[in-house]
Amino acid sequence: MPEPTIVHPDGMGYIPHAAGFVANEGPKLVSGRFPYEDSYTLECALATGAYTGLRAALGRTPADVHTEVRDATLLGRGGAGFPAGVKWGFCPEDVWPRYLVVNGDESEPGTYKDRLLMERDPHQLIEGCLIACYALGLSQCFLYVRGEMALAQERLAVALNDAYEAGYVGRNICDTDFSVDITLHWGAGAYIVGEETALIESLEGNRGMPRLKPPYFPAAIGLYGRPTIVNNVETLANLPWILEHGAIAYRGYGSEASPGTRLFAVSGHVVRPGVYEVEQGVTTYRDLIYGPNFCRGIREGNELKAFIPGGASAPWFFEEQLDLSLEARDIGAAGSMLGSGAIVVMDHTTDVVKACLRIVRFFARESCGKCSPCREGTSWEEKILERILDGHGRPSDLDLLLDIGDNISPGPYPVAAHGAAGLDAVPFPPLQTTICPLGPSSVAPITSALRRFRSEFEARITRHEGIPVRSAPVVDGDPA
Amino acid sequence: MSFFTEANARTAAEVIARYPRPRSAVIPLLHLAQEQEGWVTRDAMVEIAELTGATPAEVLGTGSFYEMFRFHPVGRYVVNVCTNISCQLLGGEELLHHVEESLEVHAGGTTADGMFTVEEVECVAACTEAPCFTVNYRYFHRADPDTFDAVVDDLRAGRSPLARGAQGDDGNLPAHGTLGRLRQHIPDDRRAGVVPPEQADQEPVWLRTAPSTTSAADA
Repeated sequence: MPEPTIVHPDGMGYIPHAAGFVANEGPKLVSGRFPYEDSYTLECALATGAYTGLRAALGRTPADVHTEVRDATLLGRGGAGFPAGVKWGFCPEDVWPRYLVVNGDESEPGTYKDRLLMERDPHQLIEGCLIACYALGLSQCFLYVRGEMALAQERLAVALNDAYEAGYVGRNICDTDFSVDITLHWGAGAYIVGEETALIESLEGNRGMPRLKPPYFPAAIGLYGRPTIVNNVETLANLPWILEHGAIAYRGYGSEASPGTRLFAVSGHVVRPGVYEVEQGVTTYRDLIYGPNFCRGIREGNELKAFIPGGASAPWFFEEQLDLSLEARDIGAAGSMLGSGAIVVMDHTTDVVKACLRIVRFFARESCGKCSPCREGTSWEEKILERILDGHGRPSDLDLLLDIGDNISPGPYPVAAHGAAGLDAVPFPPLQTTICPLGPSSVAPITSALRRFRSEFEARITRHEGIPVRSAPVVDGDPA
Repeated sequence: MSFFTEANARTAAEVIARYPRPRSAVIPLLHLAQEQEGWVTRDAMVEIAELTGATPAEVLGTGSFYEMFRFHPVGRYVVNVCTNISCQLLGGEELLHHVEESLEVHAGGTTADGMFTVEEVECVAACTEAPCFTVNYRYFHRADPDTFDAVVDDLRAGRSPLARGAQGDDGNLPAHGTLGRLRQHIPDDRRAGVVPPEQADQEPVWLRTAPSTTSAADA
């Protein structure tokens, strides 16, 4: 198959049919097929090497395949960054059947990669699912796609139908004893379903509420009470490459602790926002935001105010963290997370109170309501930030916000008790009084913004900027 | 009288057969019901309950947790405008304001002619393409008020607006409720079969019969 002609109508490197994806220079382990216009068809996929990794896997023992993946140190791409090969090892022995659930419920604000992987290269994902099922003896696979992604559902449905027809999925795959069905399942709009136990609840036909822990991993008790592996779409999309080229070649990219590449979505106030495949560990935030191969700096020559390093749940970073490399371990040590590979850049024109409110509102709306600290706390955080923004804030509101945060995610931040230094000692990963990390995530934007831009909040409170209070007399029940 | 049409009843049976337990099909069947009527009716929930071994209340309990299900009629076209952080930074709130003004309806409401329902929604995973909106879950990227007006003009004139930027264009923007127009279909002769959790007797056959040699790549 000839190399695709990449059209750059605007000289920016965007590929017209893969919205947002930028064909920058660098290794392409999971996005290699994106530039082909018909990359989602079986024909194009086969002509460009699809199912080669599966065939390589089928020529080896399942245990061998598992070892290869463990040796590659494939870190989970959903947010927590847990090594997939290790997670796979948590299945209890001799408990059958085991299931695979694919987490395609991408909805963390700022994150845009799994949708591209499903729309642009469904066969790569299907191949990854098959490799995982083969290695671990998983008897059935459920591909959970976010409900709002209509095109991804269509592309995956057709890809599955074609792959069944061609003998890659279903009974006696590639004429071996390996047989597994992949069931395409779709959600219906709920962020919390991205949490793996909530995903399983949803798949069982229930409200998507996280399950009480322990057990911490569904590998012990998962779907229908059976051992279940839950992996993110991007994690599985890496498997065909690893099986085709081997763990050693995979470790040739990225750093020692975080091998391979990752898809990063950089959005907000940059010159060239987009989805980039980037070597982990060796690339820095500065490269990504300012580099000519990547986002080419802040729009209109503006100054950087803050950036979110790994999705809306992540504590914010500022200029002094620009030189950190995209390495989960280092970013964790610096008090935030690489999360889902979502970087949101804010320039100096950004209204921090507004941005903070918007993120908190997201968590308030998406709280499933199971744990009271989160259910009550997030909506109070939202109300308080709203009144500050509207000019009705009270001087005590900032401490009140932190006090509510303390109830959801205990920390030393209430200034009254600990002084302003408390904010600098916010623990990461956050402590939680809730079952899942959604509630604690709502505290991150508040502590981040207050730590750096407290004066902007105070200005809103003391100057009463915002909507004026109506004091006109009421006539006939309507304000005059 | 059954709720599902004959064709949809066949689809429903096929969907249920893909899961070890019918209850898992509740969400897909709610989508199917919404595809048929544009929203989820009481009759639909009663029938889904029968098909999946749940009670109608359990079906409502599950369905009402998820944003996409509507339990009252909505417009033919549901316009979702994202105002979450990436879109907010690039004008998502202003875009929503324009949508509300031009259609003369607040977010959450439906226009008097039943054509459009407007919603302010959370992140739809198009962050690098902000600001964006979707119409019946078809994406319009890097949108501005002019994009939106052109889409509305198209829809009012009976044309498909998809060529204006939404991906997956086949020249037809379906009415609200229809998500994927192409469905999964497992041919009988290729089916591996569902594996219910009760089938706990032994490990899958390929774990015992797989080649015992080591890596072909190592050789």
